[in-house]
Amino acid sequence: MAIEIEKPSVGLSKVAVSETHGEDSPYFAGWKAYDENPYNESSNPSGVIQMGLAENQVSFDLLEKYLEEHSEASSWGKGAPGFRENALFQDYHGLKSFRQAMANFMEQIRGGRARFDPDRIVLTAGATAANELLTFILADPGDALLVPTPYYPGFDRDLRWRTGVKIVPIHCDSSNNFQVTPEAMEAAYRCAESMNLKVRGILITNPSNPLGATIQRTVLEQILDFATNKNIHLVSDEIYSGSTFSSSEFISIAEVLETRGYKDSERVHIVYSLSKDLGLPGFRVGTIYSYNDKVVTTARRMSSFTLISSQTQHLLACMLSNKEFSENYIKTNRERLTRRYDMIINGLKTAGIECLKGNAGLFCWMNLSPLLEEPTRESELALWKVILNEVRLNISPGSSCHCSEPGWFRVCFANMSEQTLEVALKRIHKLMEQRRRRN
Amino acid sequence: MGLLSRKATCNSHGQDSSYFLGWQEYEKNPYDEVKNHRGIIQMGLAENQLSFDLLESWLAKNPDAAGFKRDGQSIFKELALFQDYHGLPAFKKALVDFMAEIRGNKVTFDPNRIVLTAGATSANETLMFCLAEQGDAFLLPTPYYPGFDRDLKWRTGVEIVPIECSSSNRFQITASALEEAYEQAQRKNLRVKGVLVTNPSNPLGTTMTRDELDLLVNFITDKEIHLISDEIYSGTVFSSPAYVSIVEVLKDRNLENTQVWERVHIVYSLSKDLGLPGFRVGAIYSNDPIVVAAATKMSSFGLVSSQTQYLLSAMLSDKKFTKEYIAKNQKRLRKRQSKLVAGLEKAGIGCLESNAGLFCWVDMRHLLSSDTFEAEMELWKRIVYDVKLNISPGSSCHCSEPGWFRVCFANMSEDTLTLAMQRLKSFVGSIASNDRSHQEMKNSRRKLRSKWVFRLSFQSFHDREQDER
Repeated sequence: MAIEIEKPSVGLSKVAVSETHGEDSPYFAGWKAYDENPYNESSNPSGVIQMGLAENQVSFDLLEKYLEEHSEASSWGKGAPGFRENALFQDYHGLKSFRQAMANFMEQIRGGRARFDPDRIVLTAGATAANELLTFILADPGDALLVPTPYYPGFDRDLRWRTGVKIVPIHCDSSNNFQVTPEAMEAAYRCAESMNLKVRGILITNPSNPLGATIQRTVLEQILDFATNKNIHLVSDEIYSGSTFSSSEFISIAEVLETRGYKDSERVHIVYSLSKDLGLPGFRVGTIYSYNDKVVTTARRMSSFTLISSQTQHLLACMLSNKEFSENYIKTNRERLTRRYDMIINGLKTAGIECLKGNAGLFCWMNLSPLLEEPTRESELALWKVILNEVRLNISPGSSCHCSEPGWFRVCFANMSEQTLEVALKRIHKLMEQRRRRN
Repeated sequence: MGLLSRKATCNSHGQDSSYFLGWQEYEKNPYDEVKNHRGIIQMGLAENQLSFDLLESWLAKNPDAAGFKRDGQSIFKELALFQDYHGLPAFKKALVDFMAEIRGNKVTFDPNRIVLTAGATSANETLMFCLAEQGDAFLLPTPYYPGFDRDLKWRTGVEIVPIECSSSNRFQITASALEEAYEQAQRKNLRVKGVLVTNPSNPLGTTMTRDELDLLVNFITDKEIHLISDEIYSGTVFSSPAYVSIVEVLKDRNLENTQVWERVHIVYSLSKDLGLPGFRVGAIYSNDPIVVAAATKMSSFGLVSSQTQYLLSAMLSDKKFTKEYIAKNQKRLRKRQSKLVAGLEKAGIGCLESNAGLFCWVDMRHLLSSDTFEAEMELWKRIVYDVKLNISPGSSCHCSEPGWFRVCFANMSEDTLTLAMQRLKSFVGSIASNDRSHQEMKNSRRKLRSKWVFRLSFQSFHDREQDER
């Protein structure tokens, strides 16, 4: 909802009237266009297809089946004996059974290659809250965090808005598949220094949003070495860790630490959430896993501002403690996402469009730079508008992800039915054909 | 390794205060009717455990609400995906209707002006982020909820300047106290952005008088500042005077849609009235569209679980249920409070007359060895370790007078409350027999007795009014 203000309202804070919430960017403008004219197979077949929303809708049947077979998870059992205890439970340590279940789930996702201690898990209402909370703890207002580009547009708000912390980008490009390099990290660090900003940490997303690819072990090692060298923190946002297409390709920072015998691990913190892997963004389930005792204690206290509903903790503790369910879910979800990914990649290839080789996530990183009039941000936005208004697909332009190379777009594939994806691919085909004929 | 931020290493989380130390002691040795009947009884936790049966019975009759179903159809997917920070429309509507019902439907609220947050803890902090920043201050009447030191100041950098209230006028806010607080803030080079009051009050258990509310409106109008009214105990008003909310006063003074109207913000929650602190349901209500817009975006950092929003939208939309719940809950609270007051009297202890909340503000000044906070701490430690009752000392609530304690009555069974009162009576008795100046004690008890006589008749008068409501 856009509100016109000529001058700051008398008596509100600078934070309230600033634009650091980032909601005036095209990322959000695309959402508006979709909201006004949403695609529907039967009632609005020419509407805008939402491909800008990284949601996982491919495995709900598995969740619903579990709920049908285990009503005690959602109803506190017959006669609801557990209701009052659950309703009263507001301990910021979180439900022990739920932390245990989360720790196990995180281990399962990593194929047992890393161990997680439930007492190091701090619960927050979503990864959005986890990232902001960590930033409050690791940095002071005016300090900087280094973040590789392209990155999730929401970070501009989550890491900066109320914290007063700045983001200094680590520029990555297609020359090496957008991987982080030691040179790029050094350059970002020097850039921060030249602006008189104190760098407190580096924040990576692994698997990456928007790239849809996992970070290689060698790169993880380099990032950890860099953080150690500069004596700064390392935050690894691993919210897509359960959405990898093959279990063996994802390497968590936890595994790297394990190999190093957890030496010097107090600088490492992992963020996780059930919004992507389990498709439950509405339930607001996020976690911070820290190898630093002081961070765990402080984060726990701060989580008072963003606790997870005990009703929801109870439901998910039941669900994720069920090994049969969780193992089957992880496996099946992976297979379905892989299938979707293959479908979109092949569909785009047939249309003559290349994507970055991906192996995880709910989206692919599409290269439309050949279609740009000029290799500029303006051209990219012009192309984005054509795709939004004429092709009627809401996809995310790389510039909204701070990508330094114009022409790349993030395209989601798991938030719709296969039929809808087919329709979207057909529309893309048509666009490419028109372009070819024009040339 | 890099240091942590200043916020992480400071003490503004407040967890080294006695408020939390008492909890720790309780946790080491918690009372249990069967397993540990000599343990510490928790009377420092403002929870409402009196009306769970009403909630449980509703849940049993309405299984769809917790079962992700609407009219028998599964809406699981819809709820699982719903993360819109504007909140579930049906829930917001049910919530504002509930808020209106609590206020006797004398006022109405617009669901588009409400912002949902993960608890009132989150709501209060979010409002601070919206209205103030480092270098600013909010004025708060003392005594106040200890958690405010963390909630309002920790991450926001905002300061609290106390509006000192005293027992001389039952801790009501006065014009001079407001002015003095304002001037004190200025002397500290702090810019006052507003006043925050809790009404009904925690820890006093009283509702604000119309005069106090008028005073506040005049003050914030004059100084052009905000007023936050934390009304999380509004549903716990169990006897007269009837609850008068700030919005009612603004309406009665024809101040709707004026500038001051836009500077009054309400905080609400279901943690106290419905006894659901675990579900993290809080709300900000504001007539300033910019505050609503900013707070809505900020709520991303603490949204209410859609699973919980749906359950409660179904429950609170059931008007038959809400009417019954509000009435029965208040009746039970009144009965419980009376029991506490009577038990305290038997121990020769008085308390501030109250008509709301889940606690009483108890006067133990006569038990202090001296009129100091050291003596208060001394007495508190004896009560926690020897009498084995965890109660909250007034100093943790920033009370300017030593000797007052907050004692909760709704978070335990009736039998446990009886036991607690017996322990207290024995303790006071033992002090008396150890006291060298017996006569002094007798005299003060006589004074107290006559106070009780007065209060008893006053109270029964009010009870009669209540029955007529």
